[in-house]
Amino acid sequence: MTAAAVGASTAVRVRDLHKSYGRVEAVRGLSLEIRPGECFGLLGPNGAGKTTTVEILEGLLEATAGEVEVLGRRWGRDDHEIRERLGVCLQQTVLSEKLQVGETLELFRSFYRQGRTPGDVVEDVGLQDKRGARVGTLSGGQKQRLAVACALVGDPELLFLDEPTTGLDPQSRRQLWEIVNGFKRRGRTVVLTTHYMDEAEKLCDRIAVVDKGRIIAEGTPRELIRSLGGDHVVEVTLEDCDGPGLGPADLLDLPSVRSAHAEAGRLVLAVAEPHLALPALLARAAERGQALAGLATRHASLEDVFVSLTGRHLRDE
Amino acid sequence: MSEVLRTRVRAFRQLCLARLRESYREPEVLFWGFVFPVLLTATLAVAFRSRPPEPSRAVVLAGPGVETVHKALAQAPLLKAEVATELEAARALRVGRVDVVVVPPEAPQRPFTFRLDPSRPEAAVARARVDDALQRAAGRADPLASRDVEVSEPGARYVDFLVPGLVGMNLMNAGLWGVGYLLVDMRIKRLLRRLLATPMRPADFLAAQLVTRVAFTVVEIGFLFGFAHLALGVPMRGSPLAVLAVAVAASLCFAGLGLLVACRARKIETVNGIMNLLMLPMLVGSGVFFSIERFPQQAQLALRALPLTAVNDALRAIVLEGAGLASQWPRLLVLGLWGGFSFFAGLRLFRWS
Repeated sequence: MTAAAVGASTAVRVRDLHKSYGRVEAVRGLSLEIRPGECFGLLGPNGAGKTTTVEILEGLLEATAGEVEVLGRRWGRDDHEIRERLGVCLQQTVLSEKLQVGETLELFRSFYRQGRTPGDVVEDVGLQDKRGARVGTLSGGQKQRLAVACALVGDPELLFLDEPTTGLDPQSRRQLWEIVNGFKRRGRTVVLTTHYMDEAEKLCDRIAVVDKGRIIAEGTPRELIRSLGGDHVVEVTLEDCDGPGLGPADLLDLPSVRSAHAEAGRLVLAVAEPHLALPALLARAAERGQALAGLATRHASLEDVFVSLTGRHLRDE
Repeated sequence: MSEVLRTRVRAFRQLCLARLRESYREPEVLFWGFVFPVLLTATLAVAFRSRPPEPSRAVVLAGPGVETVHKALAQAPLLKAEVATELEAARALRVGRVDVVVVPPEAPQRPFTFRLDPSRPEAAVARARVDDALQRAAGRADPLASRDVEVSEPGARYVDFLVPGLVGMNLMNAGLWGVGYLLVDMRIKRLLRRLLATPMRPADFLAAQLVTRVAFTVVEIGFLFGFAHLALGVPMRGSPLAVLAVAVAASLCFAGLGLLVACRARKIETVNGIMNLLMLPMLVGSGVFFSIERFPQQAQLALRALPLTAVNDALRAIVLEGAGLASQWPRLLVLGLWGGFSFFAGLRLFRWS
């Protein structure tokens, strides 16, 4: 490890990053700091600028403006040195179908001065039984695990995963999460983009919520959820009624309700203490002659954070 | 050896190995590299095989004295004669079923009449043969004696001309498609981008593609010339090493062109179009199937500047005439210029994603 890496208190530092494609601005003034040893997530809907940001950090795209420092070094000056220490898993890479799993890992290993043996890595990702199989015969989940293995074989200090589980079945997703957690346990840094809130909650120590090329919120998953004002969400479905009915504004003064909005025929409340809010809610409904068709409570998620920040859902496309 | 260099050598070796594995595991590569050229050579060899000389076909018009004339022609070598009416004869001549119509004279001492289409070479031959047979039958004595010695040596047949041309064509196909198509395919699959995200040196990657292409070429042309020699008797008058040297130069040149063609394309269709634009003129004008001597003088000058013409000319000179490699320097220079220019231009313009 070089002196620069040991001394660096940040794994990645980005200041006021801009990237335009012609007149389209994909990234508009994004800044962030990622600490060594943490798993940092960029969470946002498709087209938010996550991939563009990550590809600039990976040295695959040039920024239009802004400062980027990776492992204490800069692209354009120390490219080769940085690449020796990065592991990259792009969104949708098709590895050569004709090569075997083991051969593919040998190939990627050969590019790095130092790294791990393909045998070790293949076990990390649970493909030891597939070492001799051609890539073309693997399932989608197995291919994705191989892509991650290719990123791990250079024994990187910093691992980039761009939408690693998009399109995978639940079991394959959990397997991949296990691999990422294993890498984290070895004290390495991970930068992850995803539009799955559960993935971000499970894996990330800190999250930046990205929308339209900017970071609109940043913190640990708990901090972000707490920023809603309540850990709980109450969803109320109303019967049709002739009276004045209930709107979000009618519920804001109820005990421990922090916010309220209407969505798809329901009222959604962020609530700190359901045992106080629920009786008051039912009393208010009875007072207004409004019958309820349904009532549900659940823990707040990052999805709720995104909705409260943007008024849209992560998966709206 | 420094650690950096050791890593580069290891990476280069792995890149070559990966490329070789991908190639020989791809049935199409084996088909286009080996089966197709052999099939094409064999088919054309059969279509243009050397045949025994065709007899000329003559028709004698029915009328007085027709038997004597028919008998004289029937006995002559390389003549087939039949008797027909005026109407039948005219029709047979018009559709090209006969080469000449013989009209015997109405009276002795009057001249014979030959009807023929002068634009057909067979007609002139037929006329000469008929005339010869009639003169001899009438008692002509030849003042000079002559005899024929038949010469039909390998090396002067059409198939001998054809095989080096097909090898040249194969080198072009393999270089352009093998490198060009591959690179665009890797770009589309974002594999190039993935490789760029590693410490791999781009130049090592491209060099590995060229080197494996050349290695395949050596096997392919050895196989093709071997087949042509054993199955068709095509001679190898020059040094096989000289042939190999030309093939390696050709293969690098076309791989360079392939790189240039593929340096920016993001769609297979784009490469397809450019490749065809590049290859079609050479298929027609570089002397694969027929000699470029058939083109006008000025056109030949331009055609000789094409890389495939240089390859074909050099291969033919070495294989058929036993020329040495050194005598082929102008052609190697043509290959070097095309290859060198396109390789460096391709490298400069290359797009990884």
